[in-house]
Amino acid sequence: MSAADAAFLIVDRLSVSFPNGNGGLNVLDDISFSIQESEFVCLLGPSGSGKSTLLRILAGLLAYQHGEVILDRQRLDGPRSGVGIVFQKANLMPWRTVRENIQLPLDLNSGSQSISAETVEELIDLVGLSGFEDTLPRELSGGMAQRVAIARALVHDPGLLLLDEPFGALDALTRERMAGELLRIWHARQKTVFMVTHDIGEAVYLSDRVLAFSDRPAKISLDLKVDLPRPRELEMRYTPVFGEMALQLRNALRP
Amino acid sequence: MEKNRSELKISAKGRRNGLFLLPFTIALALFLWYLIVWLGDLPSFILPTPDLVIARFLQILQDGSLLKHFGITLGEVLLGLGFGSVTAALLGYLLAKSKRLERLLAPYIVASQSVPVVAIAPLLIIWFGPGLLSKVLICALIVFFPILINTVVGVRAVPADLYDLMRSLKATRWQVFSQLEVPAAMPVLLGGLRIGATLSVIGAVVGEFVGSDRGLGFLINVGRGQYDVALVFVAVFSLVFMALMLYGLVVLLESRLLAWQQRPEDDE
Repeated sequence: MSAADAAFLIVDRLSVSFPNGNGGLNVLDDISFSIQESEFVCLLGPSGSGKSTLLRILAGLLAYQHGEVILDRQRLDGPRSGVGIVFQKANLMPWRTVRENIQLPLDLNSGSQSISAETVEELIDLVGLSGFEDTLPRELSGGMAQRVAIARALVHDPGLLLLDEPFGALDALTRERMAGELLRIWHARQKTVFMVTHDIGEAVYLSDRVLAFSDRPAKISLDLKVDLPRPRELEMRYTPVFGEMALQLRNALRP
Repeated sequence: MEKNRSELKISAKGRRNGLFLLPFTIALALFLWYLIVWLGDLPSFILPTPDLVIARFLQILQDGSLLKHFGITLGEVLLGLGFGSVTAALLGYLLAKSKRLERLLAPYIVASQSVPVVAIAPLLIIWFGPGLLSKVLICALIVFFPILINTVVGVRAVPADLYDLMRSLKATRWQVFSQLEVPAAMPVLLGGLRIGATLSVIGAVVGEFVGSDRGLGFLINVGRGQYDVALVFVAVFSLVFMALMLYGLVVLLESRLLAWQQRPEDDE
């Protein structure tokens, strides 16, 4: 237990049910796992399996009654400033330019003035949006909008980055490229990342570990360590080892 | 997307063509006006010719009475519009945020809309006197409903995902209001203000009709009583001018506040 005690994020016997007509709908059933600092973990699961519910709890947007979530040695009981979130939709404010959207977390939190304008510029550069600082969201493609969302999630330098199917709305090619971009950003910033996805290949390609959810009520049916060297290369996606892991996960998802 | 843009371009060009045609349509209207007077052999106390109206216009412009009455009506309209839209926006925001309050007040608000303002204007004149206050209240009443409804619709339409974003960033109640709700609801709110601006002019005239000794509505009353139809025409055209001016102001405000909505082609 000592290793888990030192973990950055600990989810311990978490159960969630939503009230409905017949007694309540069990969404999460006794979930336990932990994530080490600067680890990249993906959560795989069929749609409607409670992945987003878990992510909303980790974001502090949803209250939980049964179980424990400990982030950075403290029980989680609401949104934390040390957490950055990327939603499935980019969720940009259409009246703010790219730079203004990225700066939103700083504008809202006057305590974070230690973060300078240069940091913002560096971040814009990192996500590949140089030259688009003053562009309005309506002029951005889906992939570019999601880059803005990633930069916005990183701007207040959070310890934990939560991603809720961030590339779900993108076409296959853009999606593959954005996955590579995300890895590059992760290497540059070394954040702890917890990402929800339903794409098995994407999960294996990105993660140190992949958790697989069974159908509702969700249990963790497989906790797979991805033993691929870093940095990951696109070619790795087409190796037998990769295929084997993908198959293992595919079987774990099967109800 | 591309298709949309080209459609917008065409409509922008169409608008310019419309403006280009304006002198011709005015000339045509004047010609028809003369034609009706001539064919019907109408006396000037039934329908004066345009030149008589213009002469009457210049006359009361010179003696300063037109400006005086115009200013009085404009004051009533602006105060009523301001008072009405501020209270409507405030109440609309509360209704949008509280289902319970909406259930409580909605029947009264809808019922109040079934009563024409003309019908309660005499009451307001009795209660608040024939001066400025009663007119401002009548304007505010007529402006109230469209702005209230648009505020409710605008605030309700703020995406839930953006609320989540603000909450995850630990935004305060005030920050959610000022950084999210106000800018997000602004387009619909200004749409309500557009309608309200023209309605407010109607409200002022209704008030002046019922009881007043000044203003453009009073001028129409005087003109009618003295068979001075040219004066009626001058006052009516002044009201049209006022409504157009206010509408133009709101459009200008929209182009300032909602620049983020516009296509680059429209910017020039």
